[in-house]
Amino acid sequence: MATAPHLAREAKRRRELITPEGLALNLTIASRGARAGAIILDFILIHVTMLVVTLLLMYLAFGVFGVSGMSAGGPLELLAVVWLIMMFLFRYAYFLYFELGPRGATPGKRITGIRIAARDGGRLTAEAVIARNLLRDIELFLPLVLVAGAQSGDGGLAGLAALGWFAIFMTFPFFNRDAMRAGDLVAGTFVVEAPGRRREGALDVSRAALGQEAAQGSHGYRFGEAELAVYGEYELQVLERILRDNRADAMVQVAETICAKIGWTAGRGDERAFLEAFYAQLRARLESDLRFGKRKADKHAASE
Amino acid sequence: MALLDFFRRRKAGAAPDLDAATLRSDRFRLERQGDWQRLEAIVARLEAGRLRRISDDDLLALPALYRMAASSLAIARETTLDAATLNYLEALVQRAWFQLYGTRSSLGSWLRRFFGGGWSESVRAITPDVLIALAAMVAGTLVGWLLVSGDPHWFHALVPGEFGGQRAPGASADSLRSTIFGDQQGTTGLSAFAAYLFGNNTKVAILAFALGFAFGVPSILLLIHNMALLGAMLWLFDGAGLGTDFIAWLSVHGTTELFAILLAGGAGIHVGRNMAFPGNRSILAAAAQSGRRAAIVMTGVVVMLMVAAFLEGFVRQLVNVTPARFAIGGAMLAFWIAYFYLLRRRPAMGAD
Repeated sequence: MATAPHLAREAKRRRELITPEGLALNLTIASRGARAGAIILDFILIHVTMLVVTLLLMYLAFGVFGVSGMSAGGPLELLAVVWLIMMFLFRYAYFLYFELGPRGATPGKRITGIRIAARDGGRLTAEAVIARNLLRDIELFLPLVLVAGAQSGDGGLAGLAALGWFAIFMTFPFFNRDAMRAGDLVAGTFVVEAPGRRREGALDVSRAALGQEAAQGSHGYRFGEAELAVYGEYELQVLERILRDNRADAMVQVAETICAKIGWTAGRGDERAFLEAFYAQLRARLESDLRFGKRKADKHAASE
Repeated sequence: MALLDFFRRRKAGAAPDLDAATLRSDRFRLERQGDWQRLEAIVARLEAGRLRRISDDDLLALPALYRMAASSLAIARETTLDAATLNYLEALVQRAWFQLYGTRSSLGSWLRRFFGGGWSESVRAITPDVLIALAAMVAGTLVGWLLVSGDPHWFHALVPGEFGGQRAPGASADSLRSTIFGDQQGTTGLSAFAAYLFGNNTKVAILAFALGFAFGVPSILLLIHNMALLGAMLWLFDGAGLGTDFIAWLSVHGTTELFAILLAGGAGIHVGRNMAFPGNRSILAAAAQSGRRAAIVMTGVVVMLMVAAFLEGFVRQLVNVTPARFAIGGAMLAFWIAYFYLLRRRPAMGAD
């Protein structure tokens, strides 16, 4: 089956994953933009929390305990230990905690609608999550430090060389099909779009089945074999979306386009009934073809 | 509105709807959507981490519901052109699959397996790489010693200024002695110092591991560089006749800390070596397999560095006698070796 251009871009990011039941699941590789957005959100979250914790501890130290200067032991020292441990945890444990959770995603990833998954379709193990997060250091933290240092020219030539070296890690996701970063490669994971986040993910139970009238044309709309043969699955789905959106101007336009295509004269005022009838009969036809193993991807595809 | 319709239909019963539906695919959906929604509700609660809110009935039904939804999806793909239903089913089965085959081990049981044999098993599995790292570290120390003994100016190149302090060539034996005996830190501030040391050492260890990704070469270079610093220090103290005292001072925490850095470097080399020589596996499979095993070792390294920071921050400053320091350092080393190489339980975890 020839792939139509509007499907080709989606197909490039689609990966098939076979479950133990033998069912092929279609996962979509998360876009690099979504991942960049996720990490930026996570960074903002981490640093805001760090700042709040630091200010809180400083308030405790200087406001409550009334400590001045750095000489005193006791409570100040305890707070310093708490602070150092908190900073360490924010840097390393944040990602581990959230990615080991049931959603497999940090808050940033959840907002952008992505999650991590094991590349081989197996279980996502704790080891894998640890491995992919340990490498974040050389992929992100070190290059950022070097970029900040490059401005002042402290590192000199060696600094620039190191920057180039780490740039390889930073741009790693752009050089492989699965948009893996180095950590994903070592851990055997990849980042995919989380299912069920889109609007279509919700099942509209109130939607009744297509009734007798629409499907059999007792409303007066009855389409012949040749008239239904002009469209394929793609057009059917577009029509489905138009009907669901239920916008009058769009329906008028689509009804006119269909009429022009099949050589009918467009009427006025009854577009919804017309489109429902056309949708029901087109789907009935395409689905009965489907049962005989014939598919028609879109209007460009020749009927087999 | 949708909700009202839903209840109305429920009251009227499903039968009339089925009769009204002329398309087979619509009938297919109407017959099964109740079960799909039940599965969706269970999965939503699993995702939110509210396991207790799931009734026993639901939990028992979950595998059957999942398999039913999966087979519905397989059928729907071949028979229906209703995009809304198809998308819904695709998303539902994926979500259920992620929950059923997601990370299952709780942190507690994972830690129990980790300390009860998983960690030492992984350490044994990377023995060849640990030996390479050990060779690199010994070589680094020798290089540092030889360079500085040949030309003392090398000392300043190897040891960063703020790190050396008064420990520099030309310092008197007394001032050197004061850096390893006596409490230059005072007894206060030790816990903060320990926490700081831990954070710093962990960064170095993680770096040694992470750089192994580039076929292990940077890991080896990092090990050599860090140990050259030690070699230079050793030469300095040995010149003042304090060699044994310095080693004792270092061994309190050093046996644990250097062991941890050795393991971190070994873990990095393990990943690099497996990627360079994957054998019959694909490079990606080899990287993933070795990466997961190395991750276990690295988790242990963090634990060891916590112990090392505690020893360095508290014990070293409080114990001021060379033999006692040797005893502590030696005991720690014996403990780690016994734990890693003598404790042989059933392999419980690892890169399966």
